[in-house]
Amino acid sequence: MYLAKITVTTRKSILDPQGKAVHHALASLGMEGIVDVRIGKFIEMKIDTKTTHSAEEITREACKKLLANPVMEDFAFSVEKV
Amino acid sequence: MPNMKFGVVVFPGSNCDHDAYDVLKRSFGQETRFLWHKDSSLGGVDVVILPGGFSYGDYLRCGAIARFSPIMKEVTAFAGRGGVVLGICNGFQILCEAGLLPGAFLRNERLNFVCDFVNLRVENASTRFTGACQKGEVLQIPIAHGEGNYYADDRTLETLEEYERILFRYCEADGSITASSNPNGSRSNIAGILNRAGNVMGLMPHPERASDPMLRNTDGRKIFRSLIESFVMKEQITDLSIS
Repeated sequence: MYLAKITVTTRKSILDPQGKAVHHALASLGMEGIVDVRIGKFIEMKIDTKTTHSAEEITREACKKLLANPVMEDFAFSVEKV
Repeated sequence: MPNMKFGVVVFPGSNCDHDAYDVLKRSFGQETRFLWHKDSSLGGVDVVILPGGFSYGDYLRCGAIARFSPIMKEVTAFAGRGGVVLGICNGFQILCEAGLLPGAFLRNERLNFVCDFVNLRVENASTRFTGACQKGEVLQIPIAHGEGNYYADDRTLETLEEYERILFRYCEADGSITASSNPNGSRSNIAGILNRAGNVMGLMPHPERASDPMLRNTDGRKIFRSLIESFVMKEQITDLSIS
């Protein structure tokens, strides 16, 4: 069994109003040094397969087909044996 | 007025399906039926309406899961054969997720859910969805969404412009396109677009909520009227070509 950990984020070139609002809130808390905040999604997926390679392939396909929208989002993932 | 067959798709979470049904059936006297998202046939309808709402709870992304409903396979094939499809609000989001229209939707720029009347400028009145309008005419139609911030890359926007596929833009009451009349941050104030072949249209505003005199505003009727009349015109053109 493998566990895939996936992050989906709005593409860097696109303004992320949620991240901006949170950034403002952090600044108003008096926290210094934070120059940018971006908000995305975190997805965990358990995969029953034999090899790391096939777990990665399944994860990539899931990201491309459904989990991320290529028009506006990027995805990254890691796969570990559990 | 001709009698066309309309099918209104019902996804779990659709909530404007009855509004659309009511306008078409009662107000325009069209043969209208509901199509369940698990159906694998469109039942011979002439027009498919993807209504507003929150299909599948807007989980993951608006329209992302509805796009894989069994009925969407049929809708995609139908659109590919030139069948007429209208997506309203969530329906527009589903059409984009399904790749039947370009672009995608982000959270509204100011992060708030906006439920209000907006002014829409008709940018192209030579389509089957806007034929009863005048170019430059301003329609007042309500919006109700939290994720209506239309996004497409520069190249896509240029193509939409070039082929006059932007049908509606958010505007001021006098028709001027301004940043302050843009309720959600949509690129280029886009409120509604058409596909390349001219048979699939999506718009965020709700014409079905502005189509009954009882609700005081009937600007939305122009879109449904355009659509219904477009079938007559097509028949007339076909007749002419035969004679």
